[in-house]
Amino acid sequence: MDTPLDLLKLNLDEKVFVKLRGAREMTGVLQAFDSHCNIVLSNATETIYELVDGELKSSTKGSEMVFVRGDSVTLITTPSD
Amino acid sequence: MSELAPTNPKPFLRELINKPIVVTLKFNKTQYKGLLVSTDNYFNLQLTEAEEFIEGQSKGKIGDIFIRCNNVLWIGEDLQKKEEEPQTLDQQS
Repeated sequence: MDTPLDLLKLNLDEKVFVKLRGAREMTGVLQAFDSHCNIVLSNATETIYELVDGELKSSTKGSEMVFVRGDSVTLITTPSD
Repeated sequence: MSELAPTNPKPFLRELINKPIVVTLKFNKTQYKGLLVSTDNYFNLQLTEAEEFIEGQSKGKIGDIFIRCNNVLWIGEDLQKKEEEPQTLDQQS
């Protein structure tokens, strides 16, 4: 059976782009995931978008290895750029 | 006689595989349009040739995407696409 989660396996060890709840995005190398979409990323960069006085600001945070709890994941794809 | 033929969610989604679909998320007025590749028991979705729309504005093509089930509001066939390219659809089915 080819389910969406099976197809995520093709992205293991590849760079992925993860969209999260609360205007956050993450890119990193997909190390592991499970059926809840809990994921582990290495060389991860998190981008947080915020509205400051009506202006869109983004800040980034890097981390060597990070665990993302599945419930905040909305979307996973391969980065275009 | 049997005018009322109920379509259950799972067969409905299975019929949409390889067809252009629209997925609307619960947040941000976000929609994704693309070809449905696969679904599972939770209705997680895998799309290919996906394009993101926020408030009806295209934010560009993003290719292969995985959408986690909890974010989905509704899923439907992309009727616009169906009208535009009926031939390619026939080839796929």
